[in-house]
Amino acid sequence: MARLRGAALPLLVLALLAAAPFLGFGAGHALTLLARGMILGIAALGLWLLVGGAGLVSLGHAAMLGIGAYAVVVLDAAGISEAAVVLPAAMGAAALFALLTGAIAIGTSGVHFIMITLAFAQMAFFTTGSLSAYGGDDGYTLYGRTTVLGARWPEDRLAFHYLCLGLLAAVLALCQVLLASRFGRVLRAAKENAERVQAVGFNPYPYRLVAYTIAGGIAGLAGLLLANATEFVAPSFLAWQRSGDLLFMVILGGLGAPHGAILGALAIVLLEEWLAGFTEHWRLIFGPLLVLAVLFLRGGLAGLPGQLRGLLRRG
Amino acid sequence: MAEPILRLERLRKRFGGLTVTDDVSLAVAPRGLHAVIGPNGAGKTTLIHQISGSLRPDAGRILFEGRDVTALPVHRRARLGLARSFQITSVLPGFSALENVALAVQARSGSSFRFCRPAAGERRLNAPAIAALEQAGLGARTHAPAGALSHGEKRQLELAIALALEPRLLLLDEPLAGTGPEEAERLIGILGALKQDHAILLVEHDMQAVFALADVISVLVYGRVIATDTPAAVRASAEVRAAYLGEDAA
Repeated sequence: MARLRGAALPLLVLALLAAAPFLGFGAGHALTLLARGMILGIAALGLWLLVGGAGLVSLGHAAMLGIGAYAVVVLDAAGISEAAVVLPAAMGAAALFALLTGAIAIGTSGVHFIMITLAFAQMAFFTTGSLSAYGGDDGYTLYGRTTVLGARWPEDRLAFHYLCLGLLAAVLALCQVLLASRFGRVLRAAKENAERVQAVGFNPYPYRLVAYTIAGGIAGLAGLLLANATEFVAPSFLAWQRSGDLLFMVILGGLGAPHGAILGALAIVLLEEWLAGFTEHWRLIFGPLLVLAVLFLRGGLAGLPGQLRGLLRRG
Repeated sequence: MAEPILRLERLRKRFGGLTVTDDVSLAVAPRGLHAVIGPNGAGKTTLIHQISGSLRPDAGRILFEGRDVTALPVHRRARLGLARSFQITSVLPGFSALENVALAVQARSGSSFRFCRPAAGERRLNAPAIAALEQAGLGARTHAPAGALSHGEKRQLELAIALALEPRLLLLDEPLAGTGPEEAERLIGILGALKQDHAILLVEHDMQAVFALADVISVLVYGRVIATDTPAAVRASAEVRAAYLGEDAA
């Protein structure tokens, strides 16, 4: 019963996203917006695995996303756009970056971990800014989108919408399977009480490093999709503000369950757009709204149904 | 006495100017219960930390089943069969009692770099975990969240976790601390049964429990072992009375 209830919300969200093109979100601009929400949702899911699953608060997650996007750029400049090459390259490059930087960062904890992940991300940010062959600070406009076995169907907005949705669902399922596995149990236990986990014979380090690398690969996938959605890649993809945005999506969505990351990403992308439609000073409204959400939504957006049920029962 | 399972050789630990472990040598037999007693500040917990590996001694050696483990980290010693309980209860509050113990089973049952199958459904993990819970008297609380257990039950859960590791040596740091008389009695009963087929090193303040359970008692005062003997001999020793038990009587 509790399991069914737990699966209801993520399934509802995925179903709504599937139906969205026929519910008034079918116009080009609306589809672009939803695709952006889903892509950032994929990156946020990876980050959720670290923050909610392993207790590792990273402030450098945009670097992995940006490296995925720059893998698309490098291959595009070399005339390669085939997904069979671009996809493993983007995910592999981001995962490799995560593995190398994580090997150092995971030796630390708390504030030190936050600062080291931020420092590595800034290094990657400035490196991309100095890549003059790929536009440097000005960024790089792709010649074309990624093709799948030579076919160009991902260029179609509706096809791209369902491609993003399918990958989002797959990544969500991956996170849930990982968390329930032996590996995930060690990860969750080390988040709750690392001392206890060591006392039964586990060193948390390799488990955390593997999780960090997986999250990096997921961010690389999101970077590939984002590059395709915008057909333009710039160092701002790796900026620390974007890392902060991703972290905010995860926290706003809720640390109790991975689908919170999807809710957080969609909520922030849609809210930004909606508020920007009213006034150019939308950040003045956006900021306080986020503060209120953090103060009053203890379990985040994912915990909202439970919180409402609790209120109803008491009321 | 048979070859000891644990041998401490001239262990020494200093915190600043304070010598907390002063030339401690000790041998723990492979069966039965060896208690370490001593007044507050005698360095009992520091000693336990050095044996479990969370503190590194400044000098001396720790031999576990003949092997020098002085430089090994906590998790490696745990894998060798050295299981500890904590003075301040240390469980996973968000996990069920069963999952707390199943994690310990997982540590000695194949690789944990398995990413697909749900661990909660693995009988290979759950069956030994349930057996350990029953052995510790928690069979009825299998599915309760560990955070919702009473203090005494958490103590039992720690014991179940230690048992699930199939340890060669149980290192128990004040398992009775903070328990009520009824809970203490239950735990003493469980420990009495365990010492029949386990080696236990027990640090405990409850003298009644120590004298009821121990086969051998070491008395630690200001970081030094002043006596290691049978309970009757320790009780009769004038030196021990002066240093320790006398204080209690006064």
